[in-house]
Amino acid sequence: MNEGNEPAPPSDFDQRLNRARERRRGGGKESPERPGGDVKSGLAVAMRMGVELVAAVAVGTGIGLALDHWLGTKPWLMLVFFMLGGVAGIFNVIRVAKGMGGTVGYRPAAPAKAKDDEDDED
Amino acid sequence: MAEPSHAGGGGHSPLAQFEIQPLLPLKIGGIDVSYTNSALLMTLALVIATLFITLGMRHRAMVPGRWQSMTELAYEFVANLLRDTVGHEGRRYFPFVFTLFMFVLFGNFLGLIPYSFTYTSHIAVTFTMAILIFIGVTILGFVKHGLHFLAFFVPPGVSIVLWPLMIPIELISYLSRPISLSVRLFANMTAGHTMLAVFATFVVSLGIVGGVLPLAFVIGLTGLEFLIAFLQAYVFTILTCFYIKDALHMH
Repeated sequence: MNEGNEPAPPSDFDQRLNRARERRRGGGKESPERPGGDVKSGLAVAMRMGVELVAAVAVGTGIGLALDHWLGTKPWLMLVFFMLGGVAGIFNVIRVAKGMGGTVGYRPAAPAKAKDDEDDED
Repeated sequence: MAEPSHAGGGGHSPLAQFEIQPLLPLKIGGIDVSYTNSALLMTLALVIATLFITLGMRHRAMVPGRWQSMTELAYEFVANLLRDTVGHEGRRYFPFVFTLFMFVLFGNFLGLIPYSFTYTSHIAVTFTMAILIFIGVTILGFVKHGLHFLAFFVPPGVSIVLWPLMIPIELISYLSRPISLSVRLFANMTAGHTMLAVFATFVVSLGIVGGVLPLAFVIGLTGLEFLIAFLQAYVFTILTCFYIKDALHMH
């Protein structure tokens, strides 16, 4: 009676356990795309775009104003850093759109993952 | 919150709901450290999140019940997020990230209860969290990589002639992180709650006949606010994970 109810032979259980352990270590292949996760992360990316652009411009202008105040070069550094902030903002948006992880850094997220093992020693 | 708080000095202004009211006036050395409605909601969020986790796990059942399932769901959601973005080394930062997620999530959700207060709608709160994350991640980067972390600001594959241009841009990009992180959460919560209050005012001013339409709007917007409350907590958390990953692995 009981044997008929057993869900799977033990060898199958070992296999599944090993696979689960492998996943837990984060080794091997990346976790497969979860259904439904796409919509959520898509919305999350959309939420980030606009603010990224504005924030960089604001920070750039702020730095420019502070430097102007400090060095006494009234409008010029503010104008320069306003432009730099705009460029940084566009960069930020492009990085978000291309899924390059955080805002700084050029390489896509996948090659960085492959490099993990070299960085492990520290 | 469908109705602006009546206790606010401005009467029925849609922004009255964001007013901070001292509940327990307190002054230490000339600094106002009153226990406010904001602090009360933070304490509540802390207590409820702690009870949610500890009471949910008190049976430690092999086959989880409803409550334990919810607790495990929250745990695994953040754990998977951290593992997918940071990788195996990210587990050390799980307590911090999980606490952050629960604090923001419960702040957003508790704020949706009528007559309560949304502490995540204050830039002072969100910016404090963002700047702490920013400083912590920067220190983490320097501890992990030493001065080599500065190479983070030099984009690879760019000719040395362009470095004087690119490095300030990268610096601005890096410094804009805490701003965008905090402004996003604060702006979304403030805008959503203001919109709810404005439409709720229309219900009252248009009366029984005309008020049906804005009432339907308020109901729809409340649903949207629930989505945004979760989504903003999710975005805040995943960006923290990204920043930790950047500090650990650079690029």
